[in-house]
Amino acid sequence: MEILVCAKRVPDTSENEIELNRAGNDIQRDDLVYSVNEPDNYAVEEALQIVDRAGGSVTVATVGGEDDEEILRREMAMGAKNAVLLSDEAFQGSDGRGTATVLKAFVQKRNFDLILTGVQADDGAAQVGGMLAAMLDYPFASLVTSIEVVEGRKLKVSREIEGGNKEINEIDLPCVLSIQTGINEPRYVGMRGIRQVASVPIPTLDAADLGVDAGHVGERAAKVKRVDYFAPPVGKGAEMLEGSREERIDQLIELVRAKGGLK
Amino acid sequence: MPRIFAYIVHKAGVLDDSAAELLAAAGRIDAAQSPTAVATGWGTELDAACEALRSSYAEIWKIAHEALAYPNAELVRKALLNVVPKGSILLVPHNHFGVDLSPGLSVNMNAAFVPDVLDIEGVTGTALKLVRQEFGGQVSAHVRCDISSGSVINIRPGAFKPVDSVQVAGQISEMPAGNLGGAKRRYLETVVAETGDVDITKHQILVSIGRGIQEKENVAIAQELADALGGAVSCSRPVVDAKWLEKSRQVGSSGQTVKPKVYLACGISGSFQHLAGIKGNPFIVAINKNPKAPIFRVADVGIVDDILEFMPEMTNRVKELQHA
Amino acid sequence: MIADVIQSPAQATYWLIQGRVLFLVITLLGVVCFAYIVAKRMTPLMRGAPDFRFDRPLARLVKVLQFWLGQWRHPRYRTAGTIHLLIFAGFIILVIRAFSLLILAVSDHFVMPGGHLYDILKDYAATIVFFAVGIAAIRRLVFKPARYAKGNTADAIFLLALIGVLMAADSVFEASKAAAHAQTGQAVEFLATLSMPWVLKNALISASLPTLQHLNLGAFFTHEVTFFFLLCYRPFGIQFHVETSLFTIYFSKLDRETLKPVRWGVPDDQLDQVKSFGVKTFEDFTWKHMLDFYSCADCGRCSDQCPANAVGRPLSPRFLTTKARDYSFRHYPMLGRSNNGTALVGGIYSEDEIWSCTTCGACEAECPLLVEYIDKIVDLRRGMVDDGKVPQSLQKPLKSLESRGNPFGKMEKKRAEWAKANGFQQTCPVKILNGKESAETLYFVDSITSYDDRIQAIGRATAKILAQLGENFGILGAAEKDSGHEVRRFGEETLFMALRDHNTEAIRATGVRRIVTADPHAYNALKHDYRFVPEVEHISQTIARGVRAGRIQFNPVEYPDNVYAYHDPCYLGRHNQVYDDPREVLDAIPGLQRVEMQRSRDRSFCCGGGGLALFYEPKEEQRMGVRRVRMAAEAGANVMVTACPFCMVNVEDAIKVAGMEGKMTAIDLAELAGQQIAATPNRED
Repeated sequence: MEILVCAKRVPDTSENEIELNRAGNDIQRDDLVYSVNEPDNYAVEEALQIVDRAGGSVTVATVGGEDDEEILRREMAMGAKNAVLLSDEAFQGSDGRGTATVLKAFVQKRNFDLILTGVQADDGAAQVGGMLAAMLDYPFASLVTSIEVVEGRKLKVSREIEGGNKEINEIDLPCVLSIQTGINEPRYVGMRGIRQVASVPIPTLDAADLGVDAGHVGERAAKVKRVDYFAPPVGKGAEMLEGSREERIDQLIELVRAKGGLK
Repeated sequence: MPRIFAYIVHKAGVLDDSAAELLAAAGRIDAAQSPTAVATGWGTELDAACEALRSSYAEIWKIAHEALAYPNAELVRKALLNVVPKGSILLVPHNHFGVDLSPGLSVNMNAAFVPDVLDIEGVTGTALKLVRQEFGGQVSAHVRCDISSGSVINIRPGAFKPVDSVQVAGQISEMPAGNLGGAKRRYLETVVAETGDVDITKHQILVSIGRGIQEKENVAIAQELADALGGAVSCSRPVVDAKWLEKSRQVGSSGQTVKPKVYLACGISGSFQHLAGIKGNPFIVAINKNPKAPIFRVADVGIVDDILEFMPEMTNRVKELQHA
Repeated sequence: MIADVIQSPAQATYWLIQGRVLFLVITLLGVVCFAYIVAKRMTPLMRGAPDFRFDRPLARLVKVLQFWLGQWRHPRYRTAGTIHLLIFAGFIILVIRAFSLLILAVSDHFVMPGGHLYDILKDYAATIVFFAVGIAAIRRLVFKPARYAKGNTADAIFLLALIGVLMAADSVFEASKAAAHAQTGQAVEFLATLSMPWVLKNALISASLPTLQHLNLGAFFTHEVTFFFLLCYRPFGIQFHVETSLFTIYFSKLDRETLKPVRWGVPDDQLDQVKSFGVKTFEDFTWKHMLDFYSCADCGRCSDQCPANAVGRPLSPRFLTTKARDYSFRHYPMLGRSNNGTALVGGIYSEDEIWSCTTCGACEAECPLLVEYIDKIVDLRRGMVDDGKVPQSLQKPLKSLESRGNPFGKMEKKRAEWAKANGFQQTCPVKILNGKESAETLYFVDSITSYDDRIQAIGRATAKILAQLGENFGILGAAEKDSGHEVRRFGEETLFMALRDHNTEAIRATGVRRIVTADPHAYNALKHDYRFVPEVEHISQTIARGVRAGRIQFNPVEYPDNVYAYHDPCYLGRHNQVYDDPREVLDAIPGLQRVEMQRSRDRSFCCGGGGLALFYEPKEEQRMGVRRVRMAAEAGANVMVTACPFCMVNVEDAIKVAGMEGKMTAIDLAELAGQQIAATPNRED
């Protein structure tokens, strides 16, 4: 089973304080630490477990620049056999559709049985996987929480839906799946592992290598553009209770009683 | 201005809240237009849903096919492609189904796609101006979408308040589903989550805990408060991921939907996935160490404090007052 | 020369074979068998990893004298210790006897040198050993001390019985000969009064000569056969420690606080070439660690003291050793091929078992054979880290340590904000040694004190004390990264080295001459894990020095009714033997009532662990901190004094979980000292 995992390098929300910059039109980027998008990491672990059982190898790809190589190395240290950087100035400023276009061109140069993405990244868009599938005319399933390889080029996948319920589907290979966190327990990748792959060369493919029409990607082709970042309006917000803890507790109990709680 | 369609989610003949929300959102795109509802399904359930739509949507397209009895995104996509004219704007709720359906659909329709929209500012020429959030809701972003070849827009559930609908007598049109054979993805079954010993959807008071509870042993602190208040303990996703409570206690878009009278969010940051599980406009109290936690934006009352100290003291006080 | 009234075993005929020949054969067989068995037991050691233990022979000999000959650790458990002391002393005395009997079996005319003095000693020795093993057996069978549970009681009783037989056989041999001589009016061999041989001689005094002859020869035969049986049986169980204990103690670790390097003989810069880190298979252990497995006497004292074991975690140090020993016996059998290379974790060990250890060192402090545990746990963890098998709860803080230099994921630039909070900047400005400022002393704050809201108060208290003592000190600020103490002990050696190298460079760049810290984990790391940094002191030592020099005076306590108990932090007390300085500080505060918990000093009970241990989610029945807090209450205290930020976190947590709020509080030594310090009149500002 040849598996491709599409990964993205994002600012880690738990290790960064996301704040607006002084101009108020972007976030403060000086002090950010980046890492691989968490759901993508779960996807790589899942891919590794599948090839452990069914044979094959895992390839990790990302659309970006030199800075993004570090996540490819990390996933290689985790066990992915191949890593590819898809990089070209023409790709910069792509919207989700543009990114999916680049990935599609890469997929068509190779032979993958299964393509995995994380369910969503820092922008919460959750779009590239589904778009890529449609471009390739592969079936797609999102929010996948378990994968079982069934004979005859099929998978049985479980999707997370409301109420904690699970929707079980059968899906034909080749297909695209977007992976939800919690699907497995990713193995640890230590500093030593990363050091061991530090000098492995990572092939870079540009627009020409991929046969991508510059007119379909990048900022110019993007139909959806982010204009700026701003602080979410506070609105009415909560009424903050004041006073000592005892006073606040008493106020709270009063309010809860009034609202119909508390016997 | 392209024609606006709204994809209707329904279950067992009952409309999902998003049906009304999409109507409101459509009004923000083009107040002059009356959007067309599109509903797929089969049998009496679809019939009932479409009937229910008649009081709010002027035009309803009903796509009935046995293969659509359970909403399989692959098949729904095919059916929609069959009937929705190119260049239209299609609104879909951003839930587990919308995430499955829309990205691919937008590619098939060659239309722009914007996910998880919170607010719509309006159209200028061919640019639709929207508001989204990024980084787990920590910042908002203005987004511009080129709708010259149409667009698929996923609307965040709960972001748009339903407007008082002008009573209409909607017209239902039966639309062809087209060829739905040869699906490469097939629905098998739904495994219902095990209900634990406590059904949080039935409680009026919920003491809900998040990552701020810090450790499994501390869950007992929340239980004591819930007992004193006569309620139950629920939680957000991280608590379930850490295996401190069972899945049946999770409130959120991938957990349970609850409609209590009082909701105490203790040590919960307030991600929208969690808030999506709270319906019915309860009295929300937020207790959190971090004064900048997003939960304070949606709570009615807020307290900045350490829940591990606040909760036990509150429990004692409640018991004191009860014995008095 | 005493004429022989009865035949000696050498002369006698046993079933048509002359005694001399028979015993020669038995001896040769026994020795050859034993040599074969020992050679087989040594096989895995030949395959083990290297361990440099041949240096400083004098220091090693001192250890042998103290711990082997002197049985130094044994009296810590009084009853068992006394019994063992007696058996051991008896064995030492009787070794000579055993050899003389061997010679006697072959040559008639052998006379023991040492004469009567030795005879007296050996008679009493045999008697005492006989009764000691009897008491030991009764203890095991009737009183069943908890720490022996799940061991091989049957085997232990069997061995005790055989020793008893050995003693009895020797006594009967002596007694029967003496009785025969007595009967025939010959001069009697000297038997110590009231010793077993003496008693038996009197019992046999009227037996017939043929009976005595049979008893004599039979007893001798029994003795020889039992002796060689025991010799060859011992390497199959816990009694192997009889042979190996001398070597285990000789080769035991001299620099106890240092951790074993990843591989002896491979310097840090060549570690990239090592294919596999840590212990994954049995053969990855060093030969000394394998020797430890053989030497364990299954006394259970380690597990008895182990806090993880006490709270129901899957770890029991004793089973760690005995399982490895059983593994080696299974995989390196006496007959047949050895099969090696099976994974230990996931086999005889579970992952949780290995992660449960807080490296408190109670096991190592207790073991009479100086068996080493921490190095083995760290090595096993290194193996798991190498294979990616790290619990999810630890992966996040490890990742944060890598990217932000602290396990909380907080920003580097905020590391020194504790010094500015609550207007502290005005009362006590803290210098940041970033090139523009310099100082004599570095206050190494470390991560938890820098970032945890509650623990920052300890940082401020420490800074205040240093200022009041007139110390010219500063902190590294944003340039400081986590000391990496737990990172190393949790097996992430590479990340540890990166942190260590970063901090070492930062420290050296400041030019400070001393380091002070209030964090015993940082203290231990800077003292033993780091190499090229100035000497380091814990704040309790600084304060104690000030008290002794009269530079610090304390005001009397505000609430004299409070009773204080000092909790020895593992990394200040047991690991670094700093027990008295903190107590001196407390005792210098007028009116402060202090009690000692039953488990104190090197028997202190771990609070639950620090560093990464705070993030690990163990399966346990109770928290260590809760047990400790209850111990303080039992001692009559209502205030616990700690000298470690992690102890503080765990104890304060435990007070809440145990529902003891209002009945117990906790305070850090620096906080308490800071509160009580009387304004010193002539300070230099």
